[in-house]
Amino acid sequence: MATSRPGPDAGGIDAPTSDADGYGTPRRFWRALDRHRPPGVDAADRSWRSPLRGPWLTAVYGTALLVTLPLVIVTGLLDYAAYGPRFDQAFPSDVGWLRLPTFDWPTRPSWLFRVTQGLHVTLGIVLIPVVLGKLWSVIPKLFNWPPARSLAQVLERLTLLLLVGGILFQIATGLLNIQYAYLFGFDFYTAHYFGAWIFTGAFVAHVVVKLPRLITALRSRPLGAELRTPRAATRPEPPDPDDLVAARPGPATVSRRGAVGLVGGGALLLAALTVGQSLDGPLRRTALLLPRGRQPGPGPNGFPVNRTIAAAGVRPEQTGPDWRLILRGGDRTVTLDRPGLLAMAQHTAALPISCVEGWSTRQTWTGVRLRDLAALAGVADPAAARVSSLERAGLFRTAMLAPNQVLDPDSLLALRVNGVDLSPDHGYPARVIVPALPGVHCTKWVAEIDFQGRADG
Amino acid sequence: MGDPTSRLRAGYGAGSRHLIVVTAAIVLAGWVALRLAGEATAGRMLLWFLGAVIAHDLVLFPLYATADRVLRALVRHRAGNRVALLNHLRVPALASALLLLVFAPGILRLGETTHLAATGQDQHPYLARWLQLTAALFVLSALTYALRALARRRQSSGKRSERA
Repeated sequence: MATSRPGPDAGGIDAPTSDADGYGTPRRFWRALDRHRPPGVDAADRSWRSPLRGPWLTAVYGTALLVTLPLVIVTGLLDYAAYGPRFDQAFPSDVGWLRLPTFDWPTRPSWLFRVTQGLHVTLGIVLIPVVLGKLWSVIPKLFNWPPARSLAQVLERLTLLLLVGGILFQIATGLLNIQYAYLFGFDFYTAHYFGAWIFTGAFVAHVVVKLPRLITALRSRPLGAELRTPRAATRPEPPDPDDLVAARPGPATVSRRGAVGLVGGGALLLAALTVGQSLDGPLRRTALLLPRGRQPGPGPNGFPVNRTIAAAGVRPEQTGPDWRLILRGGDRTVTLDRPGLLAMAQHTAALPISCVEGWSTRQTWTGVRLRDLAALAGVADPAAARVSSLERAGLFRTAMLAPNQVLDPDSLLALRVNGVDLSPDHGYPARVIVPALPGVHCTKWVAEIDFQGRADG
Repeated sequence: MGDPTSRLRAGYGAGSRHLIVVTAAIVLAGWVALRLAGEATAGRMLLWFLGAVIAHDLVLFPLYATADRVLRALVRHRAGNRVALLNHLRVPALASALLLLVFAPGILRLGETTHLAATGQDQHPYLARWLQLTAALFVLSALTYALRALARRRQSSGKRSERA
């Protein structure tokens, strides 16, 4: 038996008004497709039993995502900008016209990157239950027959594939990246950046097409009344043109309040287990299941490490008494050893170090101001500085700093942290720390700094 | 059928705004796909993109829906209870499954070497922590269930004594 509910159409404002049957051209084809129902589709249609599915619940989950996902998108793009696309050190570096206007990433407020990447990762994790709830609420549409009644619906289904594939791809690659399980075998940056654009395009299209539906659905049942309705009084919504409401719903085992609470509770649980990696002090340990909830050890150097000295391939003898820092400024070369650096004016600053993987920690660093080193190299007003590490290989063995990042009074070549020498894993003998700079660009085991003047910049 | 707008609606199946945004999203995705086609790992990316949809729609969803049906069949004969035992099992089970889904790399120790290189630590504690969290969720749910059932019994016995 075919369903007798009203035929679906392509969307809200653009819903066909003149054609009651909703078929596009060629009419005969779409009608024939509708008539030729493959075995099983009717059984599948009758098997949806939840009385909760319907436009209202979908709209509630949708609203939560509509409000929060733009924040995830924008903070993600800001993280890309923080990497310094101007110096070709934001990955992927070759993005064609999907390049945002470049600007110098500020050094103030010093917690800027801590907030943008922390929001991006934390919110991305917290929204997972909402995405799953939203997908649960619309999943019968996947098995609807006919799959389309017009070209408009074919194209819309294609954008839904981009939308669902996009969000799941971003969640999967993001989760694997922050937990260091590179199972996918492709470059994370490339995939996550371009995946974001595919998702964003489909997201915008979906919002434009469905926003009127969302508003109608939210208005159809007052939120307050719905949240006061207990399970026993929970009834299915009236049949809707999108076929979200089950044809033969069973009795409710959960109220709508319960369904919203379940998703909200899941989001809160994930939030409680994630925020710790952006907090210092005892609360850090609340990130029980994430790598950055653990302190690597006691003492002043007992804060999270990104890339150990062993993993970086830096040998202990390279960081011993024979270590020298080379400063370059045009033709001028200055060589300093560690006692020489310690004899220079020391500056102490409490600055966060934040990783794009969503964790951060604030520590008290002591060392020589980068601008003092620039002056020593004879380039008091640099156009850029290239910092190189003792690391032999790796994406981040060198980093470019913009003028504002060299000249900020808190930008340091740090020699000590929390009153003691840096540990080998934290970059002994010297590391860069710059306010609001992504952690991977705060180069460790610094070997050379090349201050480039305005002329050769 | 006269003006272009209604001709578009009849032929295409929706209005011009629909056509524009939907086409733009597809063109953008197509441009990205063409751009990535030259990458050695392009096939893998496509596989993960489509695989994510299949993994959710045709594996994860059927899995949890079936698990829920089994659970409902098992606790159905208690449906008369005013306090639903079903939901006191569902909630901790779902929460635990959610944690496993999100934190699987640590719990299942999927990135042992890269995790060690990045953090200097192994992935040992996560499985035990997840099991402890799961146990705590079920215990918490059981306690709430017991308290609610007790409160319900008191209420109904109170009503009975009023009647008597």
